[in-house]
Amino acid sequence: MTLKETKSGMVVRIDSVGESALKQRLMTMGLIPGTRVEVLNSAPLGDPIAIRLRSYNLALRRDDAAQIEVSQVN
Amino acid sequence: MSALSVALTGNPNTGKSTIFNELTGARQKIGNWPGVTVDKKVGVIEHNGRKISVIDLPGTYSINARSQEEQVVSDYFKENKPDIVVNIIDAANIARNLFLTVQLMEHGIPLILNLNMMDEAQRHGIKIDMKKLEDAFGMPVTNTVGRSNKSVRKLLDVFTNAVMTNYKPSKLITDHIDKVHKIEQSGLGAAKIEEEIISARYDLIDKIMASAVTVSAAGKTLTEKLDSYLANGVSSLVLMLVVFYLMFQISFNWIGQPLADLVGEFFDETLVPWAAESMAEAGVADWMQSLVSDGIIAGVGAVINFVPLIFTLFIILSFLDGTGYMARVAFIMDPIMRRAGLSGKSIMPLVMGFGCAVPAIMANRALDTHKDRMISIFVTPFITCNAKVPIIALFAAMFFPDNVANVVFAMYFLGIITAIVMAKVLSTTIFKEQKSTFLLELPPYRLPDPKTVLLEAWDKGKGYLIKAGTIIFAMSVIIWFLSSFNSDGMTEDMDNSYLASIGSTTSVIFAPQGFDTWEAGAAVITGVLAKEAVVSTMGILYGADEDSVDTNDAEGTAEVLNATSMGSAFTPLSALAFMVFTLLYSPCMTALGTVKKEAQSFKWMAFVFFYTCAVAWVASLVVYQGGKLLGFE
Repeated sequence: MTLKETKSGMVVRIDSVGESALKQRLMTMGLIPGTRVEVLNSAPLGDPIAIRLRSYNLALRRDDAAQIEVSQVN
Repeated sequence: MSALSVALTGNPNTGKSTIFNELTGARQKIGNWPGVTVDKKVGVIEHNGRKISVIDLPGTYSINARSQEEQVVSDYFKENKPDIVVNIIDAANIARNLFLTVQLMEHGIPLILNLNMMDEAQRHGIKIDMKKLEDAFGMPVTNTVGRSNKSVRKLLDVFTNAVMTNYKPSKLITDHIDKVHKIEQSGLGAAKIEEEIISARYDLIDKIMASAVTVSAAGKTLTEKLDSYLANGVSSLVLMLVVFYLMFQISFNWIGQPLADLVGEFFDETLVPWAAESMAEAGVADWMQSLVSDGIIAGVGAVINFVPLIFTLFIILSFLDGTGYMARVAFIMDPIMRRAGLSGKSIMPLVMGFGCAVPAIMANRALDTHKDRMISIFVTPFITCNAKVPIIALFAAMFFPDNVANVVFAMYFLGIITAIVMAKVLSTTIFKEQKSTFLLELPPYRLPDPKTVLLEAWDKGKGYLIKAGTIIFAMSVIIWFLSSFNSDGMTEDMDNSYLASIGSTTSVIFAPQGFDTWEAGAAVITGVLAKEAVVSTMGILYGADEDSVDTNDAEGTAEVLNATSMGSAFTPLSALAFMVFTLLYSPCMTALGTVKKEAQSFKWMAFVFFYTCAVAWVASLVVYQGGKLLGFE
């Protein structure tokens, strides 16, 4: 599944970051295959979403999250 | 002994600026890095008889030259060899912060790692063994509590005593550097190489984290609790409106306005009579007295009046930004702003625009992409800045005495709507091909350091004071000259002045809008120099007694001007058209200059001038002709 399809409260592991213009910026921010990510809340209109990884919170748009493959761990 | 050079580097939201401010206090200079729109902050201090020059490099997540900030940091280290480089690390967010550390070490830059906000990290269940961290990197590790002056001053001892040559990168680091070199020579594509290196860096960080850092599960943090209200659900939008409402009430009514009244009083009751008296006593020529009292003091005074309002607004905004709340506003507003062709991060500049467009345009530096930045810069001038308020207030009081509040509200609303519509238009035309992105760290909520808040507010607002002292000063002299002279010399009759001829030439283009008087034309021209000038020009041109034209007292001024020919020069409909035009047309000269600097192009500045004038001309035409069709006058 992709990060876009996750629900708030899920804990997932990143399988691949996918090809996008943001790829290297996402990786720099710590989204590396294998990284554990907790899905937090999304903004009132469902987009962007907030995630927690490596002890910090990051917001990204759903369109960009759709490129990121993840699998659930909890 | 030459000054010890120290460079501070680190991620955004690490408290780096607070540490810099605590170290240098008011002895810092804010300039600009050459060729880019990034602030350059330096400060020189003395400690134990040693001069220390500290430079605060822009906060970056990496040094890959993907943004202007990253370019600046990367170039700085290519061209300079500071004695000490301090890498400020948010201890609560150490894993991601170490990415920059590792990258700097790959470039062979000797570092001191300074762990900031250790207390917060402990609350989050993060324990860092500083000795083990020091061994893992082979670099000195210190710590600070960012908001404690004493703790930060201790860094100065570290700077002066540090002997960097005693430290050598550990085997862990040298092995990593070898690995990076291998990847670089692997013959893979450039993008692939970068991705492999990024992964290698996080592999190393994970190793170091495992040896020196323990993370235990902490309960729900304050940030999580607050975010469930402030960044979640419809309640977050309602709370945002409440926060903004309070912010504007405080800035414009509760604190800012009373302060502004005090300043106005000082000008009217103390400075003006004092200047008049002393000049009369000293036997200064009449024309000189007129220049100083009617021109300079009146002109500069009109601007100084707004200073308390603007600074109150900017202090509140800097405070909100420091708490981390503005990042949440960007987060919850992004979907709404995106529909308008903007980014959630445009909120901060647009709100600043209600104070003054100049710092608002500069605040667009925080936006991710060229497209977002440009569109946001181009629509910021439509927002009703403080200097436009007196125009709206005066015309509303004169021509719509029964509906003042509604008319003022409608004008604010029109400004916002125009900004949104034009953003949409620009994003689907000129910038259609460019992509917009949004990636935003949501830092933990923190109580910001008061000194940092004040310094930031000062930095944003000082441009306004400079404008009062320079452009407004010069402009007051020019308007006074143009309205008091014609080709025959000084004239009492303003209808024959230079300003009258300039005004009547300009006014021709406003015939379809119903306000083609030379006075209106002249006011529009002076308004490009500064919006504050529109009301005072009107006052002077319609021959009101100068003392009674007070930009802060719309009703009083309206009463006075109603008695002059201005009352009959406009119909309510043409007055409305004039308000719409002055609300939307070209930003003031200072704002135009800022556009040129921030967009780094004269062409874009000219574009902003012409397109805003065109939008304003069409909008006022629609108001006037549409109103006439509907039977209004």
